[in-house]
Amino acid sequence: MQCARTVAIVLREVYLIRGSFSRILPLFVWAGVDIVLWGFITKYLNSITSSGFDFVPALLGAVLLWDFLTRVMQGVTMTFFEDVWSRNFLNIFATPLSITEYLTGLVLSSIGTSAVGLAVMVLLATMLFGLSFFVYGVMLVPFFLVLFMCGIALGILGSGTVLRLGPPAEWFIWPIPAIISPFVGVFYPLSTLPPWMHYVARALPPSYVFEGMRAVVHGESASPRLLLLGACLAVLYILLACWFFARVYRYAVRTGLIARYSAETLS
Amino acid sequence: MSSVLSVTQVYKSYGETVAVDGISFDVERNEIVGLLGPNGAGKTSTINMVLGVLTPDAGSIFIEGLDIGTHRSQALQLTNFAAVYAPLPGNLTVLQNLRVFGLLYAIKNLAGRIEELLQQFDLRKFRDVKCGVLSSGEQTRVSLAKAMLNSPQLLLLDEPTASLDPAVARDIRDTIRHFAAQEKAGVLWTSHNMYEVEEVCHRVLFLSRGRILLEGDPRTLPREHGKSTLEELFISVAREPLSLEVE
Repeated sequence: MQCARTVAIVLREVYLIRGSFSRILPLFVWAGVDIVLWGFITKYLNSITSSGFDFVPALLGAVLLWDFLTRVMQGVTMTFFEDVWSRNFLNIFATPLSITEYLTGLVLSSIGTSAVGLAVMVLLATMLFGLSFFVYGVMLVPFFLVLFMCGIALGILGSGTVLRLGPPAEWFIWPIPAIISPFVGVFYPLSTLPPWMHYVARALPPSYVFEGMRAVVHGESASPRLLLLGACLAVLYILLACWFFARVYRYAVRTGLIARYSAETLS
Repeated sequence: MSSVLSVTQVYKSYGETVAVDGISFDVERNEIVGLLGPNGAGKTSTINMVLGVLTPDAGSIFIEGLDIGTHRSQALQLTNFAAVYAPLPGNLTVLQNLRVFGLLYAIKNLAGRIEELLQQFDLRKFRDVKCGVLSSGEQTRVSLAKAMLNSPQLLLLDEPTASLDPAVARDIRDTIRHFAAQEKAGVLWTSHNMYEVEEVCHRVLFLSRGRILLEGDPRTLPREHGKSTLEELFISVAREPLSLEVE
């Protein structure tokens, strides 16, 4: 693996973001809006309940963690979509760049862009609504790690899907986090879900993060065993997503789709 | 010394349609080979297979002795291309595009190499201009500069002068000829401009329906087949390939 080739993918994204206001804003605007909206909702809930339960770490913290996963996924897909939108596949895949180097470049770009979103969310949540990360303690590290890996897996899966189905398929990708969120119990315990949804939840790594987060907020401890299970599932999904992308790429090279990508399908 | 490019019995079909039907040819060092033929003859499919973005159904392609199927990265490190249908991203400046592609080819002393190419292709005044706002001729020059970044051993040019004015096209032809002569590189060149092919190419391959019908020196080939010009021969290949096949 040549580092320079991976750096090329990241550098291209830096150039594009640096020179485009419409690329800079989405890095943090929607995440910021979410934090402000849910910040006021949690303040309101705190004011109308007499139980003394603090909704800020339970709800606002959950929104922040979920938005982080979404930003990570979009960081990968946005970098990939730049090649779709500029019809750059022929140029880029006719270079010595390998799929591993390309995917590593997408992941590194995502780390950069999601860090911007996370920084803005943390700033707003702590400054405006008093969210304290000390509540979660050291468990915050595995929480973020599992969500990061899950976001990477979803991003690569989404990119592979668009590579296979053509540019219009990008509209399948944007709603993925929204479709998953009811299953992973971002805002409610998994016990709330009917049994069939519970089975799906167990296969999704973020479920273990949000269950663990709620346990910590309620003064209990998050299960390290379940978080480890979530991390192992996330690693498995990254490997499966990479396998899927590589398989789609080989299909695209075998059929000529890479060279004629704007045609969307070969039939 | 082995050929820069060696294509052996390469076959490619898209469903029922045969695009390339068992062609074989070599490109030697310092040689410019013209790949000619009517639209749909299989020229672009052939180039795409050499570039590793299309897998042949059968046959083998070796670049500097490296099998593109099994040593893709190493083979493509020695190769580059420019094609009218593959402009560089229009949302990056000339300099940014050359830097990104220079890194993809892991070029040493990239900044110096870029300056050389900006000078060579008269692109200095456009260095900070986004490629999307350049004229088609200027974009072609940027693509050619990109194609020269790694001083490739094998250069693939798909209609490189199609959108250039005659003066610039002549400069580009001189540059490519000089490059092939000095760098010990081989060039595979497709063009529909027969005057250009006659001027630049040492050898031509006429493709029709995925097969090589004729091969030879573009200056003598027309007479050998009873035609007065290369263009006349091209039209015969395009309209009546069967009559040439039986000759």
